[in-house]
Amino acid sequence: MSYINKPKVAHPSLPTNSLGLTRRQYEGSMSTLCAGCGHDSVTAAIVEACWGLSMQPEQLVKLSGIGCSSKTTAYFVSGAHGFNSVHGRMPSIASGANAANRGLTYVGVSGDGDSLSIGIGQLVHVIRRNLNMLYLIENNGVYGLTKGQFSASADIGTKAKRGETNSSPPIDPVLLALTLGATFVARSFSGDKAQLVPLIQAGMRHNGFALIDVLSPCVTFNDHEGSTKSYGFTREHYHAAVEADFVPRAEEIAVDYPAGESIPVSLHDGSRVVLRKLDPSYDPTDRSAAYNYIENKLKQNEYVTGLIHIDEADNTEFHNLNHTAKVPLNSIPFEKLSPGSAALDKLMGRYR
Amino acid sequence: MPSLIAEANRVNDFVVKFANVNGTGSASANSLIMKAIFRMGVPVTGKNYFPSNIQGLPTWYEIRVTRDGYAARASHVDIMVAMNAETYSKDVRELRSGGYLIYDSTWPRSALLQRGDITVIPVPLAKLVNENFDGVRNRILLKNIAYAGVLAALLDVDLDVISGLLSESYGKKPKLLDSNTRALRLGYDYVKEQLTSPLPLRVEHMEKTRGHIMMDGNTAAGLGCVYAGATVGAWYPITPSTSLMDAFKGFCERYRVDPETGERNFAILQAEDELAAVGMVLGASWNGARAFTPTSGPGISLMNEFIGLAYYAEVPCVIFDVQRVGPSTGMPTRTQQGDIMICAYASHGDTRHVLLFPANPEECFYMAAQAFDIAERLQTPVFVLSDLDIGMNDWMCPDLKWDDAYKPDRGKVLSKQDLDGMEKFYRYLDRDDDAIPYRTLPGMSAKGAYFTRGSGHNQYGGYTEDSAEYQVVLDRLKRKFANAPKYLPKPVLIGKGNNAVGIVSIGSCDGAIREALDVLRLSKIEVDYLRVKAFPFNIDVEAFLKAHSTIFVVEQNRDAQLKSLLTLETAVEKSKLFSILSYSGLPISAQPIVDEIRAKLAEAPRLTAVPR
Repeated sequence: MSYINKPKVAHPSLPTNSLGLTRRQYEGSMSTLCAGCGHDSVTAAIVEACWGLSMQPEQLVKLSGIGCSSKTTAYFVSGAHGFNSVHGRMPSIASGANAANRGLTYVGVSGDGDSLSIGIGQLVHVIRRNLNMLYLIENNGVYGLTKGQFSASADIGTKAKRGETNSSPPIDPVLLALTLGATFVARSFSGDKAQLVPLIQAGMRHNGFALIDVLSPCVTFNDHEGSTKSYGFTREHYHAAVEADFVPRAEEIAVDYPAGESIPVSLHDGSRVVLRKLDPSYDPTDRSAAYNYIENKLKQNEYVTGLIHIDEADNTEFHNLNHTAKVPLNSIPFEKLSPGSAALDKLMGRYR
Repeated sequence: MPSLIAEANRVNDFVVKFANVNGTGSASANSLIMKAIFRMGVPVTGKNYFPSNIQGLPTWYEIRVTRDGYAARASHVDIMVAMNAETYSKDVRELRSGGYLIYDSTWPRSALLQRGDITVIPVPLAKLVNENFDGVRNRILLKNIAYAGVLAALLDVDLDVISGLLSESYGKKPKLLDSNTRALRLGYDYVKEQLTSPLPLRVEHMEKTRGHIMMDGNTAAGLGCVYAGATVGAWYPITPSTSLMDAFKGFCERYRVDPETGERNFAILQAEDELAAVGMVLGASWNGARAFTPTSGPGISLMNEFIGLAYYAEVPCVIFDVQRVGPSTGMPTRTQQGDIMICAYASHGDTRHVLLFPANPEECFYMAAQAFDIAERLQTPVFVLSDLDIGMNDWMCPDLKWDDAYKPDRGKVLSKQDLDGMEKFYRYLDRDDDAIPYRTLPGMSAKGAYFTRGSGHNQYGGYTEDSAEYQVVLDRLKRKFANAPKYLPKPVLIGKGNNAVGIVSIGSCDGAIREALDVLRLSKIEVDYLRVKAFPFNIDVEAFLKAHSTIFVVEQNRDAQLKSLLTLETAVEKSKLFSILSYSGLPISAQPIVDEIRAKLAEAPRLTAVPR
């Protein structure tokens, strides 16, 4: 935690992306979260992902609700507009914003309280709406800003800092999203940047709703012995079933993948993800098989990570179903929207 | 209240009420009669009193034939078409003395016909229809058209006009046109052959509806949103606002779909609830689209949190509240003006909002367009407070007109060029000293990027918990609200303005008040009337309150919400204000206004003294 603003001066030797921008230019204001917070690692991964994609900062829209996780949208890409809305209601802001301008990249950052308790209704419906956005849940099983209450993702038997044991079953956002037919579902760990960055990049480029559940430990209220969302427990129990490599458009797939273990998937903008199966029995394109696999592993206290499910052929994205104009609605000139006096005069005949 | 003005001559001046069963198709027959009279050049109003039900409960429709063009509900019934056995005895009681009762005499109900002061007109409708048509559903539907034929004969409604309307409805379905025409003739011919017609209450051709339409306020508001260039509509279905979005959708499909590609220049989001609906409006407006949501009282209650965010983060937002009877679920299909206070101060903390009060469908159209200009100019939520009576009933209105020279006021939005020319952009800085800051849209320029938040922020857009910084923004918001009236429609004054007694009112009370003024004038009571069209109040409202010694505040709720708002927001002395309240769920009529003003003035004649 620091109150000192970092100067945005870049050393000339810092690497630049194809826009000539350094990673520093994708940073935001200083984090006010606790030192060691998993969320700051997620923020760093988002910075890396945007830099790697050579995204124009203003082409990104950052959205969030309320909570520690929701504060993080201020900590990356200061050149993008951000909307920190009300608790659990970020999906509706995202839906309206996306309806108005389909041309931008929408990234929502939420937490387990924001998404799985107060906001579960909006989460469920934004998945059903198949809104084109990346939705990150920074999942730590605990309410931080109100000092340590269990959240709806807390596992049965996990212990709170003050000693009480949780007895209510958790809501797993990955299983929830699979049930609702989400076409991009992933899980990762804030401590595994190598896995998280390509997932974020692929999620941003996926045409439709992309959910990444990021296990992101709370160092202050949920990093103790007996917690199932601590750094230690997570490191021991996360288990990558399928890794994803993100390949930007116009780049060759450089690495040789063993046949049968890798699946290249083309994204709608021409970029690709190559899925590397670490467990040969796993099929990320089969939704019900993925569901069973994840559920069985959860019963064994194993969090399966990686790109759990992807269906890039799906065409139910909101604007696609709505037949919305290809150009952003907010860019259509007024003259094309207002039918004019002659049309109105003619219309009046229907009401006599 | 035509009876008070000219009892003798009842041509083009009477009320017909239809008592029906919900879901039996009576609405089309009732509107057929109303529209035929309208096309004969005679002003009409139609009020639908329907249940919160899909099928089976009682429903009424009231047509007021009003040669003087009054818009309000009459408070009496001259002719009752009693088609619902369940409400029959109540319907008979409601008839005024000297009135006419039309009933289906297929099943005689002599025991109930115990009023000697009315004329009973028996017509064996079911028998006539059953003898001529097959199929249960078909017979039910056509019985309605048969009673329309009965009325046409009794009231002397032009049969050619009705035939013309039927042809327009069923022109492409010859079988339906044929059965409807035959059913109409069944009723019509029965009257002509068996009864004396027309009645003394009858219709004659006039020339008073030329240049007018019959339209409901939700249709007009939906059309206004299309003309204003709204591209995003978000909503959760709720009576009585649903038909506003239906209308918007219908007009968009007509005017906003590319005929070649099928691409749509609009997006409608049916949200999971009203919280999400208003959130979508905020998201879309923040992102530079004109966006709106139609709702009613329960929806407003749910939207409160987001409304506070829109106020504080200064996000434009247009909300149509088609008010219905509260509290709670209340009576969803009855009308009220009960959301004035909740809308004026919606959400926690110090918040206050712009309200517009349309009085009829015509104003719904114009105010819909205006609402977007105001919301974007002031960067704040704007409520258009319609009600069920305006929203769902057909009103006679002058033809809607559109000025092609109109340019939308998109408010203080910086372009990329503006930003390029600036050293630095600060979201909440009062650069022009008009209390309205500049905003930017996402996607335009990294230089214009800012972080929108409902948490404490300073004038530079940064997070703050500093008292002074917080207050700078709060105080500017207060100034912005105080300046708002110059962007809002002014109140309408009826009367010379120098009478001692005045009326202040809003919205759909207008028709009843104008009629009451005519009646009062007959007994030499002159009253000035100020119709408030917006909140925060214009300076003219303050002046009117000051200039009148006795002021009746007419509104349709129990708790005198408009009066409360006047006492809170102006310097008026409470003792000068007298409430006239109507909260039965039915649209207000002129009668209680006349009665209460007469009674009050009789009790204290000094009230009419002109203040010095």
